[in-house]
Amino acid sequence: MTIDLGRGLVLRNPVMTASGTFGYGEEYTDFVDLAQLGGIIVKGTTLHPREGNPYPRMAETASGMLNCVGLQNKGVQYFIDTIYPRIKDFDTNVLLNLSGSCLEDYVKGAEMVDALDKIPAIELNVSCPNVKQGGMAFGVTTTGIAQVVSEVRKVCHKHLMVKLSPNVTNIAEIALAAEAAGADSVSLINTLMGMAIDAEKRKPKLSVITGGLSGACVKPVALRMVWQVAKAVKIPVVGLGGISNATDAVEFMIAGASAIEIGTANFIDPAVSAKVAWGINEYCERHGFATAADLTGALL
Amino acid sequence: MKQIADFKLVEKQDFGRSVMLRLHAQQPLPEILPGQFVQVRVDGSPTTYLRRPISIHDVDFKQNEITFLVQQVGEGTRHLAVAKIGDTINMVLPLGNGFSLSEKGERCLLVGGGIGIAPLFYFAKVLNERGVRPTLLLGGKTESDLLRLADYQKLGETFVTTEDGSLGEKGFVTQHSVWQKQQFDKIYVCGPKPMMKAVAKLAAEKNVWCEVSLENLMACGLGACLCCVEDTVDGNVCVCKEGPVFNTRRLKW
Repeated sequence: MTIDLGRGLVLRNPVMTASGTFGYGEEYTDFVDLAQLGGIIVKGTTLHPREGNPYPRMAETASGMLNCVGLQNKGVQYFIDTIYPRIKDFDTNVLLNLSGSCLEDYVKGAEMVDALDKIPAIELNVSCPNVKQGGMAFGVTTTGIAQVVSEVRKVCHKHLMVKLSPNVTNIAEIALAAEAAGADSVSLINTLMGMAIDAEKRKPKLSVITGGLSGACVKPVALRMVWQVAKAVKIPVVGLGGISNATDAVEFMIAGASAIEIGTANFIDPAVSAKVAWGINEYCERHGFATAADLTGALL
Repeated sequence: MKQIADFKLVEKQDFGRSVMLRLHAQQPLPEILPGQFVQVRVDGSPTTYLRRPISIHDVDFKQNEITFLVQQVGEGTRHLAVAKIGDTINMVLPLGNGFSLSEKGERCLLVGGGIGIAPLFYFAKVLNERGVRPTLLLGGKTESDLLRLADYQKLGETFVTTEDGSLGEKGFVTQHSVWQKQQFDKIYVCGPKPMMKAVAKLAAEKNVWCEVSLENLMACGLGACLCCVEDTVDGNVCVCKEGPVFNTRRLKW
């Protein structure tokens, strides 16, 4: 079942949990044996602490939800001092999702995380839609992504996964720019920019008006983008966006993903990630695939 | 330890806009403290995609039963209200931190507003088991909002206010004469935010310890998504994980 994403990042199986939906893993240990997952990607972290956006930060939508959390976190140093010692010995890959508001912050943050032995990879978040000078500014142009990825690459000796924004005209172009700048893999999609209005009050439902859409409703968009990107790049693609069960996960792999992330579905069934890992296995047995890696790009 | 469990609806009592649901689990219940909550998977329809946080009205550990008192306020609670006897309802429980339990000899006041009275029933029951007889102050818009009043009265001296004066003293809970007549060591509040803020202000004026139970909009219920935050002296914290019960000194109210 192992999935080798390159530069030392080897997953036990293709299933990881998406940043911002699984806390630091600790929140889910009553429901999931983390040893049954390929990896967990911990909450988006920035060099400096961030309070995030004001409440309300969430609005439910048809088969999904909008959020505008705004990267609330206590900063890289706090992660290193307080959280890392608690989670570094989890029996799974612990990836850190790193975000920033300027190039220097990304580079400094990556340098600090690079020194952590038990973190095998950085997921570079250049696609957060909820922060004013958030990473998304970097993630929506080929020059922006090339700049941030190449600068981080210089200080990052670990596997560098770049998380892409779907809020672009041509995501394959962005993925190619990330690959050319030294990314080891790309993960997609981050949330789609959206909005919700309370008609009775004639007011936006989110404190900062717009937010990121996630959940089952985004799956067809995500699947299409994974398929497009996988055709374009040579590096592994990690697919996410609305995956709620093993069948969804298998679809992403058939479309070209080497691994997948489960996000919003963790909120609905806290045990879903382990079930998906088991279900992919079951699918492989049923369809005669020797290993899950063989599913990648198996679209007929 | 938190668990995901299926419950079967075994009894339903209709109170008009509200409904009481008694649910039975096959397996023994985990420890559940008053003020903790559950995340209910309503039906998985597109309009109730996320779980719904519901307060715990009563628990029967011998029978493996948990009871909700739910008011229909949106899609999720409307779906719950039409559940049929025998229906399976999936829950994640228990979540959050409960009320601080009073010690024997402490004079405690439980203040409930509207459907916010729901978790105070189990709380008052547990206090009684600990030898603490609480005073209850329950408020509603009108008489029919004060559900199961006779049952609450068994758990402690109970005072009532209604905004239309149809039962008890007319006005808000903060206007009740009990505030002039009695002293309390601890005040616990559950209800609409403006009402809880008003009680918290009153408690602060009297320099009395006060806890409130918040119900911010949630997604995960586990402290992972950071959607349900409340502004506190320690910054934004998750109501689902660090609350839902907070000492008012910690809140920036």
